[in-house]
Amino acid sequence: MNILTGNDLKTGAVVWWDGSGWSLHVNDAVAVGDDAAAIIAGEQAARRVNGAYLIEAEASADGIRPDHIKERIRALGPTVRLDLSLKPADPAAGNWVI
Amino acid sequence: MYVYDQYDQQMVDTRVEEFRDQTRRRLDGTLSEEKFRPLRLQNGLYLQLHAYMLRVAVPYGTLSSRQMRMLGDIADKYDRGYGHFTTRQNIQYNWIKLEDAPDILADLASVEMHAIQTSGNCIRNTTSDQFAGATPDELTDPRPYAELIRQWSSFHPEFLSLPRKFKIAVIASETDRAAMRLHDIGVKIVKNDAGELGAAFYVGGGMGRTPMIAPLIRDFVPLDQFITYSEACLRVYNRYGRRDNKYKARIKILVHELGAAEYTRQVEEEFAHLLTLNIEPPLAELERIKVQFANPAFEGGLSDSIGLSNPAFARWVGINTAPHKVPGYAIVSISLKPVGGIPGDASGEQIRVMADLARDYAFDELRVTHTQNIVLPHVRKADLFALWQKLVAADLASANVDQIGDIIACPGLDYCSLANARSIPVAQKIAQRFADPAKSDAIGELKLKISGCINACGHHHAGHIGILGVDRKGTENYQLSLGGSEGADCSLGTITGPGFDEDGVIDAVEKATDVYLANKQGEERFLDTYRRIGMGPFKEAIYAKEPVNG
Repeated sequence: MNILTGNDLKTGAVVWWDGSGWSLHVNDAVAVGDDAAAIIAGEQAARRVNGAYLIEAEASADGIRPDHIKERIRALGPTVRLDLSLKPADPAAGNWVI
Repeated sequence: MYVYDQYDQQMVDTRVEEFRDQTRRRLDGTLSEEKFRPLRLQNGLYLQLHAYMLRVAVPYGTLSSRQMRMLGDIADKYDRGYGHFTTRQNIQYNWIKLEDAPDILADLASVEMHAIQTSGNCIRNTTSDQFAGATPDELTDPRPYAELIRQWSSFHPEFLSLPRKFKIAVIASETDRAAMRLHDIGVKIVKNDAGELGAAFYVGGGMGRTPMIAPLIRDFVPLDQFITYSEACLRVYNRYGRRDNKYKARIKILVHELGAAEYTRQVEEEFAHLLTLNIEPPLAELERIKVQFANPAFEGGLSDSIGLSNPAFARWVGINTAPHKVPGYAIVSISLKPVGGIPGDASGEQIRVMADLARDYAFDELRVTHTQNIVLPHVRKADLFALWQKLVAADLASANVDQIGDIIACPGLDYCSLANARSIPVAQKIAQRFADPAKSDAIGELKLKISGCINACGHHHAGHIGILGVDRKGTENYQLSLGGSEGADCSLGTITGPGFDEDGVIDAVEKATDVYLANKQGEERFLDTYRRIGMGPFKEAIYAKEPVNG
């Protein structure tokens, strides 16, 4: 599936297009099909997101997992500072990235 | 230390307000990202993997305790409680909000700091010897010359849109602690036969995808022509540097393609022309700057003896202190490389502790090193034990400077949008593998450097052991190289062969050190042994097939 990601303009936080807005959680991402360019143009013009782009990901029962390691690190946070990641209480969270 | 005059302060204050207005216009939509991006980059503000990243300039790595304390406060107030000291003697914050950036710059300006020219195709922060003004082996303190370059290059209208970024280092001793010949311009302050100080210019070095060692193009430039000659070097580059291809746009490519002799001829021609324009700042300005780098009020008649009955303290003294030019004093290196830690990271509280230690024990002065450590340049030997105890309490007393645990590592794929592989986990695993002090001491000096991509921010080309992370079909892979050096014996590492996965490269590093220990003669360092016996024995051990059991 193709999903949209970018960074929040004000905070720089990694965000994912959830169909109506931007979520911090990759599992909220939705497939955008042919609408990607229009969504990017509209959202950037509205100054809600910065540098939005399309990536490939796989959906499974466990959730959505971006294909490339760089996007998985963006989705979680630095693997060397899991305390600052989106799953600070899960010491095994880094395994999802690798 | 250099203290801003009214012009310096006015420049940074004006820039803060200018950027505040630019940020406001970006947030209200007046400025598009396309227009705003070069403006934020000129103020050191990048957009990285997880957030905005702010890179703050630390000119030639020198800081007062007041400035260092501000860096710690910024880490806590605007970031997530820590900062990352870089190989350009700067500090980066990884979790900055755009709307906070102008306030951070204002806080920095209040202590005579800024983030100007820490990004973009301009002359970046000039680096220097972290032992400047303290080491007995220097001709003179190189920092006044670095400061003169800072003043000349800040907002220099001709050099704000160079073909690519431009990095200068200045040293004044035979021992190169600043990787001088791996810079676009490396300046070495020297003395001629008449006993006069001048500058030797090495031009066209660098790391990145095409590493080069800078050739000497002029062995003596009189100090009253120092800036004029620098300007000539930049002008020839600015005129003929490859703007058509960013991968060939650094000055090293120009010098290489023209040949050092032809580049030098063109520089000399431009230099002769510039001399007629009388652009050199008056020597009185250099003298004004020099006064601000005068020695602190050292005490005379101090003893050099240190009580070393505590083994851990004795080991730390042996590894983390260096001789000082004044009897009874030492240069202290504070390692930011605890076993399992992130190289170069320090918490806001640790940064403030180091600021306090500088105030209490080191004449209020600190240095950031290109190896991502902190130096207290002037510490009374009589104070070393008390200082060490406070470092222990702050988890800052790792005794590993220039040993295998003192690893340079770029932020890598954990933070950097350019990276192809993670650097920090590799550094952590190597540090853990060699955590036994006896093992580390047996190996002795070994400079290990890791980059997460070909841009080489982790200086892997110059590592006695270098590691380069690459993307191999979506998987992290690590190339190993041996034999690099950033010192006066500058050399570039040679790749051993096929790459490794993360665990494999840790094993390969250990096998390389085993070969060294098995072949070491006398006081040879790893690098010396490698140079004597060559790649063969290392390669044989690293790629040997494991025996199959049964």
